[in-house]
Amino acid sequence: MAILVNKTTKLIVQGLTGSAGTFHAKQMREYGTQVVGGVTPGKGGTVHEGFPVFDTVADAVKKTGANATVIYVPPPGAADAILEAAAAGIDLVVCITEGIPTLDMVRAKRVLADMSGASGKPVTLVGPNCPGVITPGQCKIGIMPGYIHKAGRVGVVSRSGTLTYEAAHQLTALGLGQTTAVGIGGDPVKGLDFIDVLALFEADKTTEAILMIGEIGGTSEEEAAAFVRANMKKPVAAFIAGQTAPPGKRMGHAGAIISGGKGTASEKIAALKAANIAIAPTPADLGKTVARLFA
Amino acid sequence: MKIHEYQAKEILSRFGVPVPKSVPCFSIDEAEAAAKAIIAETGGEVVVVKAQIHAGGRGKGGGVKVVKGAAAARETAQKILGMNLVTHQTGPEGKLVKRLLVEQGVDIARELYFSIVVDRGAGRVVVMASREGGMEIEEVAATHPEKILKEVVDPAIGLAAFQARNLAYGLGLTGPSAKAGAELFMQLYKVFVETDGSLLEVNPLVVLKSGAVLPLDCKMTFDDNALYRHKDLESYRDLDEEEPSETESKRYDLSFIKLEGSIGCMVNGAGLAMATMDTIKYFGGEPANFLDVGGSATTEKVTAAFKIITADPSVRGIFVNIFGGIMKCDTIAAGVIEAVKQVGLKVPLVVRLEGTNVELGKKLLAESGLAVTSADDMADGAKKIVALAAASGGKR
Repeated sequence: MAILVNKTTKLIVQGLTGSAGTFHAKQMREYGTQVVGGVTPGKGGTVHEGFPVFDTVADAVKKTGANATVIYVPPPGAADAILEAAAAGIDLVVCITEGIPTLDMVRAKRVLADMSGASGKPVTLVGPNCPGVITPGQCKIGIMPGYIHKAGRVGVVSRSGTLTYEAAHQLTALGLGQTTAVGIGGDPVKGLDFIDVLALFEADKTTEAILMIGEIGGTSEEEAAAFVRANMKKPVAAFIAGQTAPPGKRMGHAGAIISGGKGTASEKIAALKAANIAIAPTPADLGKTVARLFA
Repeated sequence: MKIHEYQAKEILSRFGVPVPKSVPCFSIDEAEAAAKAIIAETGGEVVVVKAQIHAGGRGKGGGVKVVKGAAAARETAQKILGMNLVTHQTGPEGKLVKRLLVEQGVDIARELYFSIVVDRGAGRVVVMASREGGMEIEEVAATHPEKILKEVVDPAIGLAAFQARNLAYGLGLTGPSAKAGAELFMQLYKVFVETDGSLLEVNPLVVLKSGAVLPLDCKMTFDDNALYRHKDLESYRDLDEEEPSETESKRYDLSFIKLEGSIGCMVNGAGLAMATMDTIKYFGGEPANFLDVGGSATTEKVTAAFKIITADPSVRGIFVNIFGGIMKCDTIAAGVIEAVKQVGLKVPLVVRLEGTNVELGKKLLAESGLAVTSADDMADGAKKIVALAAASGGKR
């Protein structure tokens, strides 16, 4: 089962011929993902590293039947790439690009809200500024190292890339593995949020527990806590990064900033605890905290 | 990117927004001359001398004074220029005042609050206003949320005229003031969107006895991700307001924040970097910095990062924590070795490597002959560096 992606997912790569696009397209293919082609305007009709290249997403979809895309387009054109994918009927858009102007995302999100993919369901956007989505052993979309993942029982959802790796690595080492790991990204305005992914994991038959990794800034974790309390039966563990972050300083991610006294780690941890979510005290305890949910 | 009040007002004027007459000044002589010119032009005796720093709460901290006449303006400028201004936003160390704004005094009837921000939950721009001007808006939001008016903007339309009117009448403006207020709000929204703002705050927004509506103060912050398409804003950057190590790190496209502790950190990924700081603190240490070298760092970038950390005199130990994904462990190792070759290493170094090319990275470090303590995982590394830094006299 798993969520969002599996072995039937047909993926195209927007920004295929750039260095990041090329490197990761090959990595994804090696992992076993069905990478059916790529899009780089002006290079349509060519073949790049064995992948057919198209000028437009519409053309790529028509010729390959792709239902998912991953975007490595640089920031100035990335929001447009998201819109192009949605307009072409792509169901799942994963945007890796870091550094997209916030107001570009505000506009893109507004347009996406009114669109649906070829399946008739709303277009699903993951990211931007995220590591991507992986269902171990079936499909890897993004930039995460494949070998640290192993098919298993735990759903992972995270705002941070490298912390997702840390989590997957620990879960794999403990023999728990992952059903799907989703990096929702560190930007303030983004596609899927914690709540959306939690709902998918709750409905997924193979996912037995969920590990959620949040960070300072915004109120997504608090909303997730309320959602867990009201709607979820499966056990949830969590970690919040940035417990020692000073207010007013942006900690790398555009979304990771404590402003106006809101968005602190302690507020988030209190909300999560109140929803009966197990808290990992340090990032070294991510796996162990989940393991205790099964005890 | 943050800018000064006088720069924000310059931008507002460029967009045709009415602002009080004012002149930025860098010396006492300039301040006196500016006061004279403003008095001559407006016919009023009252001017305001305002410290220009990148922090709020300047009035309470003694950085804003209302005076009568050019001589008094000079005297006040002498006091404020060069003072160390401490406000609730500067931290206890305060900020040195190097720039002033000398502004026309106005006859204020009412003080209001106005701001524009991106609401991340809604994924929309939100325009807010309140009758409680001049106050700490966070306090109002916490105690009396009903006193804050909000209009969520559809990006396809922009701030609609009716929304601007909702705000104006909601603030209790009437007659020509209501009309002027609504117009002003729509202009300010245009400024926000066209400059890729992340915050535009007018506190206070004032209604004059004449009925005119004016931004008396203005704080603007821009989206760093969008600066590439606003080259004109780059000249507003004030390096005096930024931590030198943070400026240096920007040159290498590193994400670096200076902190108060004694343990330097070099990490890949913002989340892992924050988590590393947390772990150091958990085991009794204090991080000296946040540093994310990013996913695509080269050896040169890693070398630069390591040099920035070692240049900080309060650093008593360094913890390198890498989970290689795109970032390769051997690149990190090579960068650290190169940096030590160039600037030496006077403090203990703990390195934890995991992920892509980990064996290669460990081999490079082992063969380099550097005095490196290796760690099995993040917790192990944090414990080791806290102990080593304490032993080297760095426990704070």
